[in-house]
Amino acid sequence: MLDKNGIARTIARELRDGYYVNLGIGIPTLVANFIPEGMEVQLQSENGLLGMGPFPWEGEEDPDLINAGKQTITTLPGSVFFDSAMSFGMIRAGKVDLTVLGAMEVSQQGDIANWKIPGKMVKGMGGAMDLVASARHIVVAMQHVNKAGESKLLPQCTLPLTGLACVQKVVTELGVFGFDSLGFVLLERAPGVGVEHIKNHTKGYLTALGHEPEITWP
Amino acid sequence: MNKVYPDALSALHDLHDGATLMLGGFGLCGIPENGISALVQKGTRNLTCISNNAGVDEFGLGLLLKNHQIQKMIASYVGENAEFERQLLSGELEVELIPQGTLATRCMAAGYGMPAVFTPAGVGTEVAAGKETRVFGGKTYLLETAFDADFALVKAWKGDRMGNLIFRATSRNFNPLMAMAGKITVAEVEELVEPGDLDPDHIHVPGIYVHRIFVGTNYEKRIEQRTVRSRS
Repeated sequence: MLDKNGIARTIARELRDGYYVNLGIGIPTLVANFIPEGMEVQLQSENGLLGMGPFPWEGEEDPDLINAGKQTITTLPGSVFFDSAMSFGMIRAGKVDLTVLGAMEVSQQGDIANWKIPGKMVKGMGGAMDLVASARHIVVAMQHVNKAGESKLLPQCTLPLTGLACVQKVVTELGVFGFDSLGFVLLERAPGVGVEHIKNHTKGYLTALGHEPEITWP
Repeated sequence: MNKVYPDALSALHDLHDGATLMLGGFGLCGIPENGISALVQKGTRNLTCISNNAGVDEFGLGLLLKNHQIQKMIASYVGENAEFERQLLSGELEVELIPQGTLATRCMAAGYGMPAVFTPAGVGTEVAAGKETRVFGGKTYLLETAFDADFALVKAWKGDRMGNLIFRATSRNFNPLMAMAGKITVAEVEELVEPGDLDPDHIHVPGIYVHRIFVGTNYEKRIEQRTVRSRS
């Protein structure tokens, strides 16, 4: 089983030198901690910053300088600020190479739901609908099952959709999943997790041959 | 030419009940704190507010929500405000949640004089309900219309009496777009300077878009998520 850092570290393998990357709130944010040494990756924060730096030193917080999660952050040499239209302009124009975001549900067609539970929770989609409609690679980082123990990898999403057929990869504590015309495809297993266990916790159609390798990191 | 007002109340003197207004800011970063306080003081009601977020329970737009001054809210993310969620689920507040990029682009369209734009955000979701779609290059897009707002309340770092504005760091966000989109744009600034003091190459919003300007006071600039590296 992977912990949150393990999921983030697994997703960090998708990074390539020169990538522009947007990381969502939660586990996706942790991916920034696993950017390989020597690789240049620029983090885009959709509230208007390219080249997001680490949290400020204590006492150096600047209320005018936050990320999309409203956390105080810093800039780096080469950072740039812009307005929200340009921010989503670069997203819509496909300039963002990789988007990593959380989800409440993912369907076997690659649909994603992550912004609303009707009658219960209304937070809004923020920038997620724009990102999943346009980013070149979309990876979901999430727990495999919800708090009630039900699979979040489903034949169809039951919650209001954020985007249609857009997710290319899902990483959970149990493994790494891709998609084909039938549904989910198990690509790698989390260390110590068997295929039967994964199958039992996946409600959507899953192709798993049984000899998928365990996840390794460089 | 003098667009300078002494304070927020005078700059918003004709902001009437039932008005549609845009408010700049992302979370609590770059919000027009003085303008919001003046609206609380004026008690203006039945407002339609266009803003990325709805503040927190005791600050920003949350202050107007608490007073039930907002009839309708158009926003992209409202997760930080429990009172908002309560009013929404109880039906007291009308809410239209739209993608953040769509919100930005509908402001931009208004400022650029374009009645509508196409965007792929929300295709196949409930956001697309009732909207015209069109396929370009094999991809489906939604037709989204420009906002039509009576007032825009924005917060800039520096401005001059001609209305030219400069923003600082990520407090820029929606502010320039809304400044360009309002029928009457009211800018509050931390520092009011003389024409010529701002480098023309560094101005983010040309004064032609800005009708009124005043110096804001007592900025709190609350931080929602104070995240730091410890020196120890």
